[in-house]
Amino acid sequence: MRAGFRRYAIYRRATLAGAFTNTVFGVIRVSIFFAAADAAGGSVAGYDRAALSTYTWVGQGLIAVVWLFAWTPVTLRVRSGDVAIDLGRPVHPIAAWLAEDIGRAGQACLIRFIGPLLVGGLLYGLQVPTRWTTLPLFLLSAALAVVVSFGGRVLVSLIAFWLVDVRGVLTLYVLTSNVLCGLLVPVHFLPGWAQAFAYATPFPSMLQVPLDMATERYGDAESVALLAMQVGWAAVLLAVAVRVFDRGTRKLVLQGG
Amino acid sequence: MADTRVYAALLRAGMAGQATYRASFAVELVGTAMGMGLDFVEIFAVFHQVPSIAGLSFVEVVLVFAIASTGFATADLLVGQSDAVIRHVRDGTFDVVLLRPLSVLGQLAAADVQLRRLGRVSVSLLLLVVVLVRLDLDWTPARAAMAVLAPIAATLVFGALFVAAGGIAFWVVDATEVTSALTYGSAYLAQWPTGVLTPVLARFFTFVIPAAFTGYLPALALLGKPDPTGLPDWLPWAAPLAAVAAAVAAGLVWRSGVRHYVGAGG
Repeated sequence: MRAGFRRYAIYRRATLAGAFTNTVFGVIRVSIFFAAADAAGGSVAGYDRAALSTYTWVGQGLIAVVWLFAWTPVTLRVRSGDVAIDLGRPVHPIAAWLAEDIGRAGQACLIRFIGPLLVGGLLYGLQVPTRWTTLPLFLLSAALAVVVSFGGRVLVSLIAFWLVDVRGVLTLYVLTSNVLCGLLVPVHFLPGWAQAFAYATPFPSMLQVPLDMATERYGDAESVALLAMQVGWAAVLLAVAVRVFDRGTRKLVLQGG
Repeated sequence: MADTRVYAALLRAGMAGQATYRASFAVELVGTAMGMGLDFVEIFAVFHQVPSIAGLSFVEVVLVFAIASTGFATADLLVGQSDAVIRHVRDGTFDVVLLRPLSVLGQLAAADVQLRRLGRVSVSLLLLVVVLVRLDLDWTPARAAMAVLAPIAATLVFGALFVAAGGIAFWVVDATEVTSALTYGSAYLAQWPTGVLTPVLARFFTFVIPAAFTGYLPALALLGKPDPTGLPDWLPWAAPLAAVAAAVAAGLVWRSGVRHYVGAGG
């Protein structure tokens, strides 16, 4: 975990540039949502201006923490055969990669989460939490979102055991997740059937749920139920990933002397 | 003639390389078209909640989206790699490009044409035609000319952004991430009416980074609607001129960048 944190802490300039990009997109996104709120007479799908701003800026901050872009480290290790080194370790490779990913997420919290949130909060205002439970619920939910997102990413990456070129599959995965996780628009903006479809997938657990905590969309009891849903998805995805990995290594043939 | 042959050879080599892995290429082609579909989902979802945004209805915003998307996809296909010029500089392959007695930009564009972007170009163009038919516009000769010129102007503006970003990269290597955030941010913004922005930001994305000239302003000209942030009524009609001006400015930035380049070889 510490190795993951340190490894990503080295790229300070890339971190700043990423935070800048998230902020530019946040400004555009929040402007669109505000215009929608104005057109709807104050609030859209239960979000008023303060909630829309909080949704946008906490979301822009979480993008890098949860990691909703293409993700290739595991794919590359499988393709290059470096995965053999991971097999020699005393812990299961999935567990080792998860630990490293949590370290990466922790590092991302520093600038990539706080940067856009600070700029956006100063420029557009944020919703002030009214309950003491909001912060702990949000932190727990964001941490679980990292694990769920890791589970999805690692599962897709493991396709590299069977396919030589997984770039296309990764692109499709990123595009689908960006719509269904509530990054482009809140899942609550979608028509009912599309929302039902989204909640049948693990994607809302990767972003929409922590954002619902931050905007206090639900009461405490419902929020806890959502946390349970995240735990469920994390467990399912990790269990499947471990099985797929073990199956993949069985057909893995490595060259070496 | 000889020039054309060299360009054709570069183009053929690039295309052959991309078409070698047929299945991957097909998936990427579908991927770029799907990427556009997802941008569209965002518009669809917002309009599922509200009937209009910044004074424009769903179909009208789709018009903005279709013009901007066609322009962005075409520019990305042709010169989308020009901000990656810095890679050639780092690898030392830029000297090879300079040695040939041909336009630097022309060579880079011919060698790096991204065929998979054709997916997005064709779907955007189709959407543009459909929405123009559906809108039942008050057709005048000026509007007809604008309908043809708008996607070309949008291509020029986005091309100018890509090329200017490439030119700046020669001077400030570290600026690449900032310029690409602005280029892709503009592409994202251009799909929506610029009227959603606060007046100051709207002016910035009209006169400093001319994103508004790609989709929004030409759409206003076609629809005959005013801009809510108070831009003069004639300005939308100036979109093709603004695009040419942007292209000339970007050309100058690029040229000064290439002239600034000093090889590292011995």
